[in-house]
Amino acid sequence: MTALAVQELTVTLDRNPVVRGVSCAVAVGGWLSLIGPNGAGKSTLIRAAAGLVPYQGAVLLDGADVRSLRARERARLIAYVPQEPVLPPDMTVEEYVLLGRTPHLGYLGSPGRHDRNVVAAALDRLDAARFAARRLARLSGGERQRVVLARALATEANVLLLDEPTSMLDVGHQQQVLELVDGLRRDGGLTVLSTLHDLTAAGQYADELVLLHEGQVAAAGPAAAVLTAALIGTVYAARVTVVAGADGRPVVAPLRPRPDTGSRG
Amino acid sequence: MRKLGALGIAAIFLIAAMLVSTLVGAADLNPLNTVAALADKIPFVHLPSGLSPLDRAVLFQIRLPRVVLGALVGGLLAMAGAGYQGVFRNPLVDSGLLGASAGAGLGATLAIVFFGAVGPSAVPPAAFLGSLGGVAVAYLTGAAASRRAGFGDGVATLLLAGIAVGFFFTAVQTLVLQRSAEQDVQTVYNWLLGSMSGATWQQVVSILPYAAVSVVVVLLHGRYLDVLAVGDEEARALGMNPAAVRLIVVAACALATASAVAVSGLIGFVGIVVPHVARRLGGTGYRSVLPLSLLIGAGFLVLADTLARTVLSPAELPIGVVTAVIGAPAFVWILRSAQGSRT
Repeated sequence: MTALAVQELTVTLDRNPVVRGVSCAVAVGGWLSLIGPNGAGKSTLIRAAAGLVPYQGAVLLDGADVRSLRARERARLIAYVPQEPVLPPDMTVEEYVLLGRTPHLGYLGSPGRHDRNVVAAALDRLDAARFAARRLARLSGGERQRVVLARALATEANVLLLDEPTSMLDVGHQQQVLELVDGLRRDGGLTVLSTLHDLTAAGQYADELVLLHEGQVAAAGPAAAVLTAALIGTVYAARVTVVAGADGRPVVAPLRPRPDTGSRG
Repeated sequence: MRKLGALGIAAIFLIAAMLVSTLVGAADLNPLNTVAALADKIPFVHLPSGLSPLDRAVLFQIRLPRVVLGALVGGLLAMAGAGYQGVFRNPLVDSGLLGASAGAGLGATLAIVFFGAVGPSAVPPAAFLGSLGGVAVAYLTGAAASRRAGFGDGVATLLLAGIAVGFFFTAVQTLVLQRSAEQDVQTVYNWLLGSMSGATWQQVVSILPYAAVSVVVVLLHGRYLDVLAVGDEEARALGMNPAAVRLIVVAACALATASAVAVSGLIGFVGIVVPHVARRLGGTGYRSVLPLSLLIGAGFLVLADTLARTVLSPAELPIGVVTAVIGAPAFVWILRSAQGSRT
């Protein structure tokens, strides 16, 4: 069953078509990752799916057009984590995660016991309960990303849109965060649509990849079909070698251009 | 719990400030008799106060309206400052923002110079309308500019438009003043520095409805200011409409500032310092910063006014000078201690 589908999506920013007629779909509990060079339209596609930029085409949630939902209803079904979330330095972790309850509160409502329970559960799930009272300015990079995920979890949305969730992290914390997200979809049945710049990680964690190039789909499918040296060579203008990893998934390793063909003079 | 404790402390501070201010002054009122006379006003309580008719007149017609008006003005200015700080995600803005002070100044100047014959009664409505007008012009200009430019979330553009409108109004005011009689200039100057010396019950009653509306609206939107802290885009992803909330809170804060300015002139520093004190006391969430600012601002201004009318008695200091003289060092101290706790 499809949880989230994007149909013929086109986004024009400042008269530039950034996303052009892209279609893709994620099954319930699935993980689809958008990959592609800088400026290919990955983040814009995610933001359109979150309802943050105007678009042509359709975004369907369980088959229903997202445009028919009110902003609060949509926010209860789709949680969005931007590439660089704003973390007000003096806010505590708990206050921050509580913001995730916003779509559930009435216009003049205030968070009640149920909301605090949901927040506590989200903090627990992401192993962040022990620094719940800490101010955001005092978190490390890995802790920040967990807190941001906890806020997304507190919305109780079933679809998680993650824009480069690991871009600021070292390889160890990258793995930690990706494992957490994977755990969330396995245990909690969350559906994930993400962008990832690390091709090997994208292949290891996502069920399916969509390679975007200049706003259009250059390739889509399981990692083995998309992560080929030839495709990456064309789309990224990069020289890579792709080998099978221990789990059979492709590992993409960059190669230095040969001195006789390379750019170094 | 911390929030309730902080609210309790702030409420006690306000009550103590009002009591002290009621008791201190040129006419010596016996403290016990005064408290008895006040308690006598509570329904179903009857206490013989022993105050002379003259003392009673001083208490009920001069001191009390001034204390109550001071509390109203201080509370409104501090709450508006806190509200603006939340809306603009900037701890450096205050209640005179967006052309509010400049507009009030221009309105009062025009009233004094051109309608001076009508007497001082033209000044408060002129200042009130000038203040609201200043904010309206700044807001519309800023909103139009950010729509055309199409960048950012409009907060910076709005603040810049406010600065531009402020400069323009101030320039017009300077021009008017430069061409008017010396006596009018003196009157305008006195008004600009702020004073509570003409406080009457009638003034209290005239701003009370506006004060009530703005306080209720701002306090009810505290939670949204917390959401706005993560930026417009994430606030929208959480299902909120940042532009609508910003407009509502700005309108309510503008109303609060205009009401305060109309009866007191331009009193600086309350709107910027008090919210920071509130944060130190009750944390950074706006659901506590806003009510705490209201209470602490009220108490602070009542105390400042007490100093203004006693230090050089029988002459009076402009209250704007007192708030700045106390406020500036206090502000530096708060910033220092905030830095200390951060590192």
